[in-house]
Amino acid sequence: MVYSYYPGCTLKTKAKELDKNARLCAQALGFTLEEVEAWQCCGAVYPMGTDEIATKLPAVRALHAADEKGQSIVTLCSACHHVLKRVNEDMRQDKDLRTKVNNYIAQEEEPYTYNGEANVLHYLEVLRDQVGFDNLAAKVKNPLAGRKIGAYYGCMLLRPSSVMQFDDPENPTIFEDFIKAIGAEPVVYPYRNECCGGYISLKEKEMAEEMAGKIADNALSKGAEVLITACPLCLYNMDKKTGETLPTVYFTEFLAEALGIKEE
Amino acid sequence: MHGNNDYQQEQIRTISGAEDRKCMKCGKCSASCPSYDSMDIRPHQFVSYLRGGDIDAMLSSKSIWKCISCFACVERCPRDVKPAQIIEAARLMVIRQQGENYLSPDDVPELLDPELPQQLLASAFRKYAK
Repeated sequence: MVYSYYPGCTLKTKAKELDKNARLCAQALGFTLEEVEAWQCCGAVYPMGTDEIATKLPAVRALHAADEKGQSIVTLCSACHHVLKRVNEDMRQDKDLRTKVNNYIAQEEEPYTYNGEANVLHYLEVLRDQVGFDNLAAKVKNPLAGRKIGAYYGCMLLRPSSVMQFDDPENPTIFEDFIKAIGAEPVVYPYRNECCGGYISLKEKEMAEEMAGKIADNALSKGAEVLITACPLCLYNMDKKTGETLPTVYFTEFLAEALGIKEE
Repeated sequence: MHGNNDYQQEQIRTISGAEDRKCMKCGKCSASCPSYDSMDIRPHQFVSYLRGGDIDAMLSSKSIWKCISCFACVERCPRDVKPAQIIEAARLMVIRQQGENYLSPDDVPELLDPELPQQLLASAFRKYAK
């Protein structure tokens, strides 16, 4: 299976290992990630204003590029996933926005009309729904036996669930099922879908640290030794607060380790 | 800013796409809010201030810089009011005015550290500046 792939700004810079491990693991699991040509940064937050048009264009361009190839578009970063998925839904449901966006696109060198046809998938959804966690488990060479891993979902993969349709927003299981598939022990803790503070950590550092601290304390109290995430900003906020007592790593790092392809 | 309260009320309703008139005042939005303790006006108050037309209070509130858009209030609202979108609309009304950005490129150098991801700068500029 071949997918269009939208890495996003941070996977080309601070989170290169997230990108690299995801590609290597895809290869090992029998699917290919084809990077969208000349993709633009999604803006990292979904532009909620109903009259925000230009800020939604980078997502539309990537969605259209994937759809034109007849491929689903796969993301890793939770923020990219959130933006692409929600803008796509807007293009399906909101006629006013669709008209205004397409008026912009009509001015481009190669104009087209986009109506939200693309299918947006997170890498974890590919593992669950396309590869299958049973098949993944069968391909594990180094089961991470005895490792107590807490899944850190954060907000953007789950909410709002009416659009994201990723998992149960209050009691998700996809990360825990992933952890089981790679042979480790999932540690379930109530704060796993609480927010790390997101962009607030730039200017309101104390607020962000308090939020991350609550999540970490909760995970530690349930016996987690490490947290996994898909999001570079979650990783930054969590690690900054509690990196020494409870490190946070990308889920792809453990996936690569379990598949026996981790590069030192 | 003053004297056009009705216009601003309609603007916030349009930009937010939120449904303040459906609120049944259960308070679940504020109970779910991780920024609650840092806010001067809380999510449920944004809903009732919009409904009551108390727009100046919303636009001068520090809470518009404290909401983290985690969508907990949107997810848990039993009436689909979407409080976060009201706060976002208030923030947009402020930063769309000349000179009202909450973050300038000149602020960035002293806020940086070696681990800071690009995603944080991109998202902060989207939220705080026009």
